[in-house]
Amino acid sequence: MLGFVARRLVYLLPVLVAVSLLTFLIASLLPGDLAYVILGDQATPDKVAALRHDMGLDEPIWWRYLSWLGHVLEGDFGRSFRTGQTVWQAVSERLPVSVELMLLAEIVGLAIGVPLAIACAVRSGGPFDRFMTGSAFGMLSLPTFLSAILLIYLFAVELRWLPATGYVPFAEDPLANLRFMVLPALTLALAEWPGIMRVLRSDMIATLQEDYIALARAKGLKASRILFVHALKPSSLTLITITGINIGRLIGGALIVETIFALPGIGRLLVGAIYTRDLIILQGVVLFVAGGFVLMNFIVDLLYAVLDPRIRHGHA
Amino acid sequence: MATLDLGIDEVAAVAPVARSRRLGLLFWGAVGWTIFILSAAALANVLPLPSPTDMDMLARRAPPSRLHWLGTDGLGRDELSRLLYGARVSLTVGLCAPVIGIAIGGALGLLAGYFRGRFEQLVVGSMDVLLAFPPLIFALAVTAYLGQSLLNLTCILGVLGIPAFMRVARAATLTLARREFVIAAQALGATHARILLRELLPNVFLPLLAFFLLGVAVIIVAEGALSFLGLGVPPPASSWGSMIGEGRESLEIAPRLAFIPAIAMFLTVLSFNLIGDTLRALTDPRQGML
Repeated sequence: MLGFVARRLVYLLPVLVAVSLLTFLIASLLPGDLAYVILGDQATPDKVAALRHDMGLDEPIWWRYLSWLGHVLEGDFGRSFRTGQTVWQAVSERLPVSVELMLLAEIVGLAIGVPLAIACAVRSGGPFDRFMTGSAFGMLSLPTFLSAILLIYLFAVELRWLPATGYVPFAEDPLANLRFMVLPALTLALAEWPGIMRVLRSDMIATLQEDYIALARAKGLKASRILFVHALKPSSLTLITITGINIGRLIGGALIVETIFALPGIGRLLVGAIYTRDLIILQGVVLFVAGGFVLMNFIVDLLYAVLDPRIRHGHA
Repeated sequence: MATLDLGIDEVAAVAPVARSRRLGLLFWGAVGWTIFILSAAALANVLPLPSPTDMDMLARRAPPSRLHWLGTDGLGRDELSRLLYGARVSLTVGLCAPVIGIAIGGALGLLAGYFRGRFEQLVVGSMDVLLAFPPLIFALAVTAYLGQSLLNLTCILGVLGIPAFMRVARAATLTLARREFVIAAQALGATHARILLRELLPNVFLPLLAFFLLGVAVIIVAEGALSFLGLGVPPPASSWGSMIGEGRESLEIAPRLAFIPAIAMFLTVLSFNLIGDTLRALTDPRQGML
């Protein structure tokens, strides 16, 4: 196990370095000098040159990258020149919102997807299975921002059951917080369950044909116990894989959902930074999100190896 | 297993004519809608439509009438005309971006799967770096720096598609490169270029094409999301995403303005998914029965 972790770590480091380099290059090589952005259109060339010198923008690019990376490794992602907030403050303020949203979405997605997958697998090929498989396919074609608008229209405009926008921290008022979170989480979950259901369904159909399921039936175990315990267990790997694959889409989806429902999360921070051309925040958040994404994939890999010894030893 | 065997026998037994009939009404419906929306978008400037940018402040959010078949939007612009001109943007990006992906990603995957070794490691490694960014975040960040234009949008979304196409091409090449006809060609003294272009490419092309159609659907959604956030093509040009974004503001007064482009986008994405999935099932015998 230790050897496996070491091998993955050796692979992880170059990827992280490359991610930081790419983030830096996107921000540095492309048109739109930071000094111009800060000073605005009416800046005199002297002022721009002075500011460039102050910010070290006239240094060679490799030196700027190294010094930036050095600061990042010390935990200094930079400071917004618009709000004066450091990237670290902004991110840590907003991270809980995004994490709560994504967790809720994944839970709701699993709560919809897993029972449906089991119900489909039990009578695979039957009318219910065909209907759900078709619906899942249709749902995969429904972009997040479309389902968001549909849900807002239904539950906020027509029925007036839930608020369309707004946010209250969980610590202040848990119930109000959940009320604001229902529609955003449901929107994301609507994009999650079809993938979960499709993969788990084909997995379960194969599992249900195994001999040990027949044995469990012959022993007279209850059908519900066979389905939810015996048959679901070998699919735990599959569920982790889907969750891992989904993280990237979930982050992108969270960004859209946060913007639509006005939730103060990381996604909204990023979009806001783009609107106000707050390049430091933008660069810091992109690095933070990409780094977090790489680390989460790394953790999924590790979980995978813990659950399946064949992967640990490189046989699979 | 019994059902699977039976399925294969059935496919083998029926003639190609019967097979095309099996594609079903849904498939042909999807093809029909795709052709319809593609030609409507292509002919948008020939059709007798009002201008998509002319504003009529007296007829804002007007209901459908003989003059404006789908009514007007929040600035009194003709909704149908904006829908079709918007289709141009969405479909141009949707069709062109995957071309970048299929050309570069397909070539890299083919070369990596055939030559293996250091080159393969380098290609797979650099794709991993690109995949390390959540796609939408990457697209947003680069658009913010490069500036919003149709060309930039297409290029960015195209680059994001490269890793996926690379993986499909490489996986197909890896299995094909060990097949008898490739070994035979090598034994006959064929050059690498000949093997790659004449033996491997024709076989890798079909799975890539099926994936291309699925890619079109993904890109239309991605372009829609960027435009919805106001980071797509700059106004006054319309795209489905920006129309939905504008319609969201008048969801209480005129939900039609958000739902018309939404339905158009959903049907188009669904159609490309259906056609791509059917093609994929036909070209991939392992998953053909799913």
